[in-house]
Amino acid sequence: MSNKNTVISTKNMSLTFQTNDGPVHALEDINLEINEGEFVSFIGPSGCGKTTLLRAIADLEQPTKGEIKVNGLSPREARRTRAYGYVFQASALLPWRTVEQNVALPLEITGASKQEKKEHIERTIAMVDLKGFEKKFPWQLSGGMQQRVSIARALAFDAKILLMDEPFGALDEIVRDHLNQQLLQLWNKHKMTICFVTHSIPEAVYLSTKIVIMSPRPGKIAQIIDSPLPKNRPLDIRESKQFLDIAHRVREGLRASHSYDEEEA
Amino acid sequence: MERVFQSKIFAILVVLLAILVIWYGAAIKLNTPWQLGVYERAEITQWTKKQFIKDTLNQKRPVLPSAHQVFSEMYKTTFLKPINSKRSLVYHSWITLSATLLGFAIGTCFGILIAIGITHNRALDRSLMPWVIASQTIPILAIAPMIIVVLNAVGLSGLLPKALISTYLSFFPIVVGMVKGFRSPRNIQIDLMRTYYASPLQTFFKLRWPSALPYLFTSMKVAIAIALVGAIVGELPTGAVAGLGARLLSGSYYGQTVQIWSALFMAAALAAILIMIVSLVEKHVTKNMGAKS
Amino acid sequence: MNYGLSTNWGIIFAAFAFWLFAWFFNNWLVKQEGKKHNLKNFNLIAVPIIFGITLLVLWEGMVRGFNVPSVLLPPPSMIWERLISSTDILWLDFKQTFLKAVLIGYVLGCGSGFLVAIAIDRSPFLQRGLLPLGNFVSALPIVGVAPIMVMWFGFDWHSKAAVVIIMTFFPMLVNTVSGLAASNVLERDLMRTYASSYWQTLFKLRLPAASPFIFNALKINSTLALIGAIVAEFFGTPIYGMGFRISTEVGRMNVDMVWAEIAVAAVAGSLFYGVIALIEKKVTFWHPSIRGGRN
Repeated sequence: MSNKNTVISTKNMSLTFQTNDGPVHALEDINLEINEGEFVSFIGPSGCGKTTLLRAIADLEQPTKGEIKVNGLSPREARRTRAYGYVFQASALLPWRTVEQNVALPLEITGASKQEKKEHIERTIAMVDLKGFEKKFPWQLSGGMQQRVSIARALAFDAKILLMDEPFGALDEIVRDHLNQQLLQLWNKHKMTICFVTHSIPEAVYLSTKIVIMSPRPGKIAQIIDSPLPKNRPLDIRESKQFLDIAHRVREGLRASHSYDEEEA
Repeated sequence: MERVFQSKIFAILVVLLAILVIWYGAAIKLNTPWQLGVYERAEITQWTKKQFIKDTLNQKRPVLPSAHQVFSEMYKTTFLKPINSKRSLVYHSWITLSATLLGFAIGTCFGILIAIGITHNRALDRSLMPWVIASQTIPILAIAPMIIVVLNAVGLSGLLPKALISTYLSFFPIVVGMVKGFRSPRNIQIDLMRTYYASPLQTFFKLRWPSALPYLFTSMKVAIAIALVGAIVGELPTGAVAGLGARLLSGSYYGQTVQIWSALFMAAALAAILIMIVSLVEKHVTKNMGAKS
Repeated sequence: MNYGLSTNWGIIFAAFAFWLFAWFFNNWLVKQEGKKHNLKNFNLIAVPIIFGITLLVLWEGMVRGFNVPSVLLPPPSMIWERLISSTDILWLDFKQTFLKAVLIGYVLGCGSGFLVAIAIDRSPFLQRGLLPLGNFVSALPIVGVAPIMVMWFGFDWHSKAAVVIIMTFFPMLVNTVSGLAASNVLERDLMRTYASSYWQTLFKLRLPAASPFIFNALKINSTLALIGAIVAEFFGTPIYGMGFRISTEVGRMNVDMVWAEIAVAAVAGSLFYGVIALIEKKVTFWHPSIRGGRN
């Protein structure tokens, strides 16, 4: 039995937004435990609250009920101690900074020394395979490369937790496959804990050790599926029977949670 | 050859040429009545068309001066007069320009500070912003005479009162532009800074200020042009002594139309040069920020 | 600067106290928005009004407290008195300047700018040539042509309207042309698949798409028109008109009358701008800047 360290946990967490059209129950009664070294995907239809959950963990939203703990700290403390890196749906690179200046951004804010900055930037840019592009501006890079820069940036201060919100959603499938592989390698090598929001069933199954299926209105956890796939996964594992089984279970879980129902008018 | 016809410069030149032709045609038409009168009084009964046209285009106090009259007057008063002479256009231009630049500088700094306040403090935003907009409905140009007279009475005369008018006029486009600029970062970029636990100061210098620079330059172009107008109008009340506005006023008092037009053109040239300088600075700054050249 | 009268510290203190109180009140009002969602709309009007009242109170307090000579800066109460006692003069001036020079010049100037923009819409050549010039002329001190207009059109409101026409023409032209170019290629292709004529496309797609730009120009022009008419009157006018009144009363040091005229001008200008903004909200309700968003 391996020593399980709970890295992220939520207890009876609910989040309600007040809007002009009345309250929106984005999340209701979320109970979750994520252990060190896990790769957890969150999947569900729009409106199921998966992005909101990720943002709440990141202290970008505040829960209205219940609690969240990251590394045993409140989300705000975790944010202050920079316990995680966050990757958004879009690359959110600052257009007036070169690639290396963009990766340097979090290090400038934490006040790293010149030597530290240089070393971190070199390492993380190499991690995402973008050596040689340091002096380019974002508009000179393709979408996939921009996303890789934003991943490098998220790794900049060696956080052990990575929160990723549909990071590859805007990319084409071939680039996506490549990045999926790279992400797995990163995860394996550095024993990171990754929370990954996605729309894509194959992506969720390919990447994760645990898949959390969420249902909408109000956002709840419908089902959690543990994936028995081995840690080292070549791309063509996606055609194996085991893989297809898990994907089937995920699809069934989504169906059961009314994900495929018609949108209410 | 096709590229020449498609280019912007060619189109502008053609339009300018058309304007010149219309100008000369209008000058001839408008100056004709006076010229006929001149001939009558001088008892000239025979004249060739060529002579007539030449005379209409060279009257001393034409209704509409011709282009060469205006430009030769400008040339005379710019290059052929000593710079500190009261008749030198350079002297007058400098008087107006100094008030403009001072007012513009103060207005820009002031405007940026107000914009920073409005962006970071919601009470300031709610209370100040509507009044910033309303302040522009107070026709400050209209009360320029009063401001000048009042300030003179208190002992502030010369450059400063005019500069203050320019300040008032120029700070508005800067505030509006910079508030837009400081608010222009997308939500995703602001969230990014939050995940780094960046302080508002860090967020300002690393995100808001660079995002606002394009807006700064656009507003500076508007601000410097309107600061110039402010300085000119500020020169009207003090009995028209010095500056381009003074030249305009005295020209209109004494019926010196060529003087009016040359002062106007000089003001136009100044405006163009000032805006061009801002553009050059903008190009230089944005090049270092990875602007697509 | 005391002119023999002692400073009335009581009034000054009261004015500052009011300022502090109003500032904290405003701050509190804004903080409450987090709890009560409907407070925001109330605050949008209440907070600036409270701020404005505070300014007036401070003004009155400072001027009375420090015994500032009214020739220099009259207190708001004095200006108000002058306002109500001179309504006939103010109305006469208002008619001459605002109703005639400003409104007529504004309608003609914006109208012709709009029509010329449509006229050159089909000629990219003319657009290439006229737009840079239009931008250039917009930046020029156009009020300077006022003496020339007086020379050509006489002292009466016609010359002032002419100045307003010139001032409002170019911003309208430039903005309308930009607006007409704003409709996206996709939407224009859509209209082509319907085989719609030039005019149909113009009225159903391009003009509505251009309306944010057009209203932008209309708003800018509203302030320009007022300023242009008043300043143009500095260069010569019959014995009434807002600009005339301002310049002559300045000469007589009747500063409170000048401020009364300015108050009228400011109110008229704000109402003018406000009406246009209201129409804009109704017409361009779909545009993100009107819809409002987070921030």
